[in-house]
Amino acid sequence: MMTCAALLIVIGMAVSSAAAVEVQRPRGVPLSKRQFYEENKPFTCLDGSRTIPFDRVNDDYCDCRDGSDEPGTAACPNGSFHCTNAGFRPTFIPSSRINDGICDCCDTTDEYNSGAKCENTCKELGQKEHEVLQKMAEITKEGFLLKQQLIQEAKNRQQEKQSKLTELQNNKKELEEKVEALRTVKETAEQPEKEAKELHLKAWEEQKAIIRAEKDKAKMAEAFLELDDDADGFVAVAELQTHAELDTDADGTVSETEAQGLLGGVDHVDTASFEKVWDNIKDKYVSESQPVEPAPVDTPPEESNKLADNDSEQYPSDDDVQEEEEEDEEEDDYPEEDFDKAPPTVKTPPKKDEDEEAMPPYDDETRVLIDAAQKARDNFEESERALRDVDDQMKNIEKEISFDFGPDSEFSYLYSQCYELTTSEYIYKLCPFNRVSQKPKYGGSETNLGTWGTWAGPEDNKYLLMKYEHGTGCWQGPNRSTTVKLTCGKETTVMSTSEPSRCEYLMEFTTPAVCQEPEAVISSLHGHDEF
Amino acid sequence: MVPLLVALLFLCLGAEAVDRSNFKTCEQSSFCKRQRELKPGQSPYRALLDTLELSDSRITLQLINDNNKVRLLLELYRLHGNMTRVKINELKPLKPRYEVPDVLITDPPTEPMTLVAQDENGLVLSLGVDEQRVIVSARPFRLDIVEGPTVLLSLNSRGLLTFEHLRLRKDTISHKITSTVGSMWDSIKSDEQAVKEEEDKPGMWEETFKTHSDSKPNGPSSISLDFSFPGVDHVYGIPEHADTLKLRNTDGGDPYRLYNLDVFQYELHNLMALYGAVPVIISHNTERTMGIFWLNAAETWVDISSSTAGKTVFGKMMDFVQGSSEVPQTDVRWISESGIIDVFVLLGPTPNDVFAQYASLTGTQAFPSLSTLGYHQCRWNYNDKEDVKTVDEGFDKHDIPCDFIWLDIEHTDGKRYFTWDPHKFAQPKEMLQGLMDKKRKMVAIVDPHIKVDSGYNINNEIRSKSFYVKTKDGADYEGWCWPGNSGYPDFTNPEMRAWWASKFAYDQYEGSMENLFIWNDMNEPSVFNGPEVTMHKDALHGSWEHRDVHNIYGLYVQKATSEGLIQRSGGVERPFVLTRAFFAGSQRYGAVWTGDNAAEWGHLKISIPMCLSLGLVGISFCGADVGGFFKHPSTELLVRWYQAGAYQPFFRAHAHLDTPRREPWLFGPDNTALIREAVRQRYALLPFWYQLFYNAYRTGQPVMRALWVEYPKEPATFVIEDEYLLGKDLLVHPVTDEGAKGVTAYLPGKGEIWYDVHTFQKHKGAQNLYIPVTMSSIPVFQRGGSIISRKNRVRRSSTCMENDPYTLYVALSPQGTAEGEIYIDDFHTFNFEKEKQFIHRHLHFSDNTLSSNLLALITASVLSGKDKPVFWYRKYQF
Repeated sequence: MMTCAALLIVIGMAVSSAAAVEVQRPRGVPLSKRQFYEENKPFTCLDGSRTIPFDRVNDDYCDCRDGSDEPGTAACPNGSFHCTNAGFRPTFIPSSRINDGICDCCDTTDEYNSGAKCENTCKELGQKEHEVLQKMAEITKEGFLLKQQLIQEAKNRQQEKQSKLTELQNNKKELEEKVEALRTVKETAEQPEKEAKELHLKAWEEQKAIIRAEKDKAKMAEAFLELDDDADGFVAVAELQTHAELDTDADGTVSETEAQGLLGGVDHVDTASFEKVWDNIKDKYVSESQPVEPAPVDTPPEESNKLADNDSEQYPSDDDVQEEEEEDEEEDDYPEEDFDKAPPTVKTPPKKDEDEEAMPPYDDETRVLIDAAQKARDNFEESERALRDVDDQMKNIEKEISFDFGPDSEFSYLYSQCYELTTSEYIYKLCPFNRVSQKPKYGGSETNLGTWGTWAGPEDNKYLLMKYEHGTGCWQGPNRSTTVKLTCGKETTVMSTSEPSRCEYLMEFTTPAVCQEPEAVISSLHGHDEF
Repeated sequence: MVPLLVALLFLCLGAEAVDRSNFKTCEQSSFCKRQRELKPGQSPYRALLDTLELSDSRITLQLINDNNKVRLLLELYRLHGNMTRVKINELKPLKPRYEVPDVLITDPPTEPMTLVAQDENGLVLSLGVDEQRVIVSARPFRLDIVEGPTVLLSLNSRGLLTFEHLRLRKDTISHKITSTVGSMWDSIKSDEQAVKEEEDKPGMWEETFKTHSDSKPNGPSSISLDFSFPGVDHVYGIPEHADTLKLRNTDGGDPYRLYNLDVFQYELHNLMALYGAVPVIISHNTERTMGIFWLNAAETWVDISSSTAGKTVFGKMMDFVQGSSEVPQTDVRWISESGIIDVFVLLGPTPNDVFAQYASLTGTQAFPSLSTLGYHQCRWNYNDKEDVKTVDEGFDKHDIPCDFIWLDIEHTDGKRYFTWDPHKFAQPKEMLQGLMDKKRKMVAIVDPHIKVDSGYNINNEIRSKSFYVKTKDGADYEGWCWPGNSGYPDFTNPEMRAWWASKFAYDQYEGSMENLFIWNDMNEPSVFNGPEVTMHKDALHGSWEHRDVHNIYGLYVQKATSEGLIQRSGGVERPFVLTRAFFAGSQRYGAVWTGDNAAEWGHLKISIPMCLSLGLVGISFCGADVGGFFKHPSTELLVRWYQAGAYQPFFRAHAHLDTPRREPWLFGPDNTALIREAVRQRYALLPFWYQLFYNAYRTGQPVMRALWVEYPKEPATFVIEDEYLLGKDLLVHPVTDEGAKGVTAYLPGKGEIWYDVHTFQKHKGAQNLYIPVTMSSIPVFQRGGSIISRKNRVRRSSTCMENDPYTLYVALSPQGTAEGEIYIDDFHTFNFEKEKQFIHRHLHFSDNTLSSNLLALITASVLSGKDKPVFWYRKYQF
């Protein structure tokens, strides 16, 4: 790659002096790699890329691409330095931390030429760590025992739920049969009821027709007398013309031709022929005895207003109906019942009803039939309710069973529980597998910080984090969400809450359910030693 | 449901862009409207040549407005270093007009002028050098600065000089008249008629904008002047605008506006005013670079119109100077609301000459301590002491260097600056000590609005000393800002500034330590419920109206703070103060950032021309919020922004309170590695940055430079704003496009060689080079013939690297030579200045030999405690 005219020449200008060399092994080399650094023999970079004279090891100049020739200086950007840390845990630090004036190794070996005053704190740290480990071991031990109990309880509870579910399933079958039986009973009872009611209704309708015809006749007679101004026993064209409301071409007056037309092409009619004329004019005819007021036809807006008023007055009852909707569901099959429950519907103009008498009560026979049908209905509904109830119970149990409560269901005891933590400003509430919320301590409404989402821990143990999502939205921000971090503890408690990022909450929660077997804990801690 | 959705959508959109209706257009600013209604060509101003007075240092001459007979006084100075100063004021103003103090570092030294010729049409003055002359034409008045046969610059050549003289309000006059004897009435009246008193126009004596009214007790007072640059079609400067480097033609649109404003979610490619204002425009063509410094702190509008034809009609005396060939020309017109005309014409001729000239007037970039050139981690807000600790540890855990962690407004006790939240930031010294143990530092925010609260001693002291800005009626001016109801200290008052500075003493600012530095935000000043989110123009700073001082208020805040930080260390330590608002001269007090940008690719792109524009007018220590302040950046954008930010002077990541956390390690190991690498590149180059800043401090040359500054004869460079130079030797072309697979960089300079700093691959100059890129690419090139110093042992903070060896990167020219500089001192005190304790050496390489010679005195104590430096070098082969 090199041409004789060097394109770029890199020249190091060292301000610091060369490093002193340790006797036993070069500075910064871990015991495990000691054999690669043999004094007075050429050194081969650990990646095998190059061999250099040994005096270039730790000469504060980087020769190996992997940084292995400078284990004890900061010369290589990718090097690492080994601190023995006798009394504590040995560790590697990036070589950029050698002689940077900051004490990193507790045995002070990283700061051999920086003037930093480091104290050897390894013993102290070792002791502290030991104490912490011991305490942790204790907690873990007790926690793990508690966890076994939890697992046992969960098992019991699970069995309980399972048997309850089986019981409910059986129950359900019985109930379904019962419902079907009662439905048949009901339908059987309703058939005669329906017939009897229809009969009754028909009779009443007929009676109403008779009454209506009689009334009409009386009205006609009255009208004839009124129209027959000269009392000659005939209604004449001129007499009809006084009734402008009978106008047929909408010009506001009744012309002779129009009047003649109304009278069936003749000049006058007697009482007998008037019957036909009456049929033509009775809808428009205004009795002279009635006070003169604008005909309803002329004021459609007012009428529609009235109708609207009526409508709005109807709303409360509509609402009632809606509220009862669920209960009424099964009644949808019987529209005629609805009909007689509320006889005056909007569609019948109230005026007409005024004259009509209410429907006479059912006769005894019909009433007996109705009562019998009602009883059958009640029984049927009751059985249906019972079935729904069982369904609900089953759904709840199935939902609970469907949750992932951990490999041994050790988290199931948290289900339908809530845990609170009070801070200086807020009361936080964690209801595991349900939701997280926050409420101001001194009044104010609750804020949803997220509802149960998933387990979100690392791949090797997803049960270390819970994620609650889709809480109340933030201004210009995301919906609130909460991550719950679970740590081993004897108690089940919310330890702390924080909001590391706007609207993203973090909750620390201790529970025995995440306590590992004590041996496992210790070996995993030792595992860290090797890094 | 549908209308509801539409309404919501509208709200969302509305929340994402600037609400333009909050800010005035020229049409809505009555003086701008009045001035802009005047059309070129009919100047009423005439020079009264018989009033000429010529002394060693200046000439004075009266001008008269033939319409109203008001006389003006023109002062003309030849300044040392090839500058000409033109001052115009009323000969006898009713009351003094504001002349901006504290911007010029000295009374600029003058040089003698001589009268060369004079007749009834004008006069010719010699400026002493290079056959430079000023030609004063009498009717209409105009000035032409010529060099030999070439007109460099003309003033009032379009006749737009306007000076709204101070006057009594008409109703006030007639009131007086009725109380005098009738006979006097006639004489007064006839006098008035003789001078054809202009009619009042709307907005002269009162003006309302939205719900705010401006009482204008002094009436109209605006000024305007036009300048023409024959042969020029590139002008730059007048920051701060979120727009292109090369200034646009403003014909048919609004002028550029200079009025320091807190603009919520500013728009790109828009000439609206932003947080800061530097009234300096720089003209450039292949022959010459010049500048105009319009020293006025009032609201200012700048119209730019360029034409390509030599349309300018020159006076009789000018006939000889210009041929009839088509030449481009740029006309610039300045309009300010009050004050006087005080213009410095910087005659160049080279870009570096213009920088030196401007620096001789307003000073150079404050030389920052090394650590402030490192990486800054900011967020609104780090929640508490523990949060700060976790972030600090995060940098070590992920092996990313960092020098500063920042605290925004939430760290205070109820937005009372100089205090700490008693729960979240109890024992701040513990926190600061923790950072100091890591050789890291902290910046806390101190804004200039003070909570009106009788339990807050800062407020009580300011009130009792009567240091608050006053309303027109003399009460303490109050406005709404972060703490709620707030007072605004009058930073134009030197006593106030001295008091403010004293508040940074360690025994005054409780919880502060020597590694705590300061950030001044909201110093436009921002007043949430004020007109255009700022202070009422009729508020009073002593006897001056806010109208007069508005644009310099922010400078004073930073000045006072910076002086406080110097004083607290007994004058030993260099201060660091970041400001959002700025003015001409702000470079002397610290760093500037481009305000509340957004996490969008367009905002990443615009950070380059915005900082380049600031660099041209002296403010080198510039940066944009890495990642974007508003909104949440995509991971790609965040990584690209770190890569770009690592090569911009002020390198700080910042984020809005409502955005998710975005510390560099939160986006997976791959992205952490990319960000780490970008930050490490920054740290390795710190010696180079430090030397560039030293150079800026000495010479006024920008650290981050537009290409044309170094290649002034290469027109291809004149509009480049997607790449730039650091000093003259590093060319940076950051990737600023989403999903980019490559960038095309222009490598300037015929005969130059450019080396890719990552691969050492060699490329010829004067070509467009396509560079394929991956997510790890930051295209950077070193100029052949240069030597750049680096420190390759990147550690957790710059302070940890102070004693590390330098590595010199010698990039050979085609002739096999190279040169460069190295500058070393103690990195944080004023000893380089006071005791001359530094090393500044010139390095050169030729005949395969590196040598160096002294550029300045070395004092041995720089290397105190160290052995004699060991020099050795090995040759790398490529």
